[in-house]
Amino acid sequence: MSNALDAASSQPPRAASAPVFAGAGDGRFGPYGGRYVSETLIPNLQALEEAWRSVAPTAAFRAEYDALLADFVGRPSPLYLAERLTAYAGGAQIWLKREDLNHTGAHKINNCIGQILLARHMGKTRIIAETGAGQHGVATATVAARFGLPCIVFMGVDDIERQRQNVFRMRLLGAEVRGVTSGSRTLKDAMNEAMRDWVRHVHDTFYVIGSAAGPHPYPSMVRDFQAIIGQETRAQSLKKFGRLPDEVVACVGGGSNAIGMFHPFLADSEVALTGVEAAGDGLDTPRHAATLSAGSVGVLHGQKSYLLQDHDGQIIETHSVSAGLDYPGVGPEHAWLKDTGRVRYVAATDKEALAAFMRLCELEGIIPALESSHAIAYAVERAKVLGPDRHIVVNLSGRGDKDMHTVAKTLGLTL
Amino acid sequence: MSSSNSAVPTPRPIRSPRLARTFARLATEGRKAFIPYVTAGDPDLATSAAVLLALAEGGADIIELGVPFSDPMADGEVIQAAMLRALGGGTTFAKVLDLVREFRAKDTRDTPIVLFGYLNPIYRVGLAQAAKAAREAGADAFLVVDLPPEEAAQLTDPLTEEGLDFVALFTPTSADERVRAIASQASGFAYYVSMAGITGDALTGLDEVAQRTQRVREVTGLPVAVGFGIRSGDDARRVATFADAVVIGSHLIQTLATVAPAEQPAVARAFAAEIRAALDGQPS
Repeated sequence: MSNALDAASSQPPRAASAPVFAGAGDGRFGPYGGRYVSETLIPNLQALEEAWRSVAPTAAFRAEYDALLADFVGRPSPLYLAERLTAYAGGAQIWLKREDLNHTGAHKINNCIGQILLARHMGKTRIIAETGAGQHGVATATVAARFGLPCIVFMGVDDIERQRQNVFRMRLLGAEVRGVTSGSRTLKDAMNEAMRDWVRHVHDTFYVIGSAAGPHPYPSMVRDFQAIIGQETRAQSLKKFGRLPDEVVACVGGGSNAIGMFHPFLADSEVALTGVEAAGDGLDTPRHAATLSAGSVGVLHGQKSYLLQDHDGQIIETHSVSAGLDYPGVGPEHAWLKDTGRVRYVAATDKEALAAFMRLCELEGIIPALESSHAIAYAVERAKVLGPDRHIVVNLSGRGDKDMHTVAKTLGLTL
Repeated sequence: MSSSNSAVPTPRPIRSPRLARTFARLATEGRKAFIPYVTAGDPDLATSAAVLLALAEGGADIIELGVPFSDPMADGEVIQAAMLRALGGGTTFAKVLDLVREFRAKDTRDTPIVLFGYLNPIYRVGLAQAAKAAREAGADAFLVVDLPPEEAAQLTDPLTEEGLDFVALFTPTSADERVRAIASQASGFAYYVSMAGITGDALTGLDEVAQRTQRVREVTGLPVAVGFGIRSGDDARRVATFADAVVIGSHLIQTLATVAPAEQPAVARAFAAEIRAALDGQPS
């Protein structure tokens, strides 16, 4: 870890003119987005939007955020040439954006830092969050501990059982992990329960949503707090290989790491952008979580976007080997980027992701998160097609330490 | 019900003839409306059909009929469980409308039905199609929990076209400006949510609820129903001292769930009669 941080600090500093946050947008992405919540929450969302518009665009706020990202999170994260993986694929050069080296082990912390700072500016004294695999829960518990705020993390009881280590981490960090027994007892139900808690505690509570999803202003706000990934990648690409990448790849569950990576490249038409969803057992089976590839438009968790739903508009239980992609919705901006064709969305199966996971361990000495392994799986195949003089950047959104039990299980082992 | 304050918007309409007749009759009689909530298809469609009739016979003035959704974000455990039971029994929006049609054919009291739920199941049908089908089946209004005024036009336009009402939710967190914004979309009656909470939470602070109910009445010019947290005839009677209508959901569902499906219609009839008596000032 410390070597990696040394490597990171040898990167050039971000341009001193790092922009302040725009704090802008009306929460509409074409027909998607919006604010589909019960009336009780609307004034809270309006207050959050107001803080987002007035506090976030100040230089002082940006300075607070940048300082914490530098010294608490360890940014900038390196852009690393995966030489042996490149040789294995036999085509384009494969670069990894090392979000796995962040404090807490994933990109999730970038957003949590931003939101906890806003919560403090708003005078909120109680933090809540939802979590599936536990990564966002751990990141939220971490920033809550850092600022001395009480934190409650809602987590499906089935996920608590599967992710005991992350539950323990959250408790060590002082958070209360509250088991959710409703519905399918997974991430979507944890989000329902967090919303219910927020309705009951509207005055003192700040809800830290982990994905670029939910009611406005969350999709825009989370995107902007994650855009540091793409901003750094853009500058690092110019420095390391003298031009922009030919293609940028990220996994998509709710879509926060992908939108953060893609957004700074949207205007660069020469850069292909590809989101990789979880195809689970395969798109031709009912067991997957590929919302954009196989879903349809609907309304869930405060937003209009693509959903995995049945004929009657009921939400379907999803499946992916990676808990972080196991969600039946997706952020509204991705829905719009799909419709406009600016981003191409594909899917990788559990099997393909696990093979990519193994490959990265063996060839690069990097244990990736199963979520990120979906993006690796696609990138290796894509590199072959693109050819040797091209550059493909993969967002390695998290590290795989949390996935040891899952991977062992697929190998028929118990730890 | 109307206000002399010239700053308030034009009184909102009641489009549904059944709702208009019901509130006119209640006003003439000097009575308050009892609005029970049940989830359509809980525990099964046949029981649900019998429960609806029993509620009307027992004294319900309007019925809120829940359209089940897999992810009822604004509901507590009781209604969540009811919705899952209904979905487990294969309840769809089309089957909810079959229930309404059957009720309309048998109910002799002209009892209005408000379809209560979340946007996605009707969005899936298509909002214009859902409004048309609901009107044809004999429903009178929609109440969609996750559809605040900023998003509501996509539904209120087709509802207006079909002559159905859009029952809007007002909450303790709605500031005055917000009350006006919601009022601009509301019709039929206004629904004041008694607390910042979810269905099934406890009722508190009746004085404030009374003040806010009055404000919603002034701004909308509509009858105001109060719901969330009302668990007994006594609660209902106290709320009815300032509200035009009283909604009871979770407590009714909980009561029904304690008996076998075959006994639910009788229990529903007795429940409605008890609340009716409490509202009419008779000892229960």
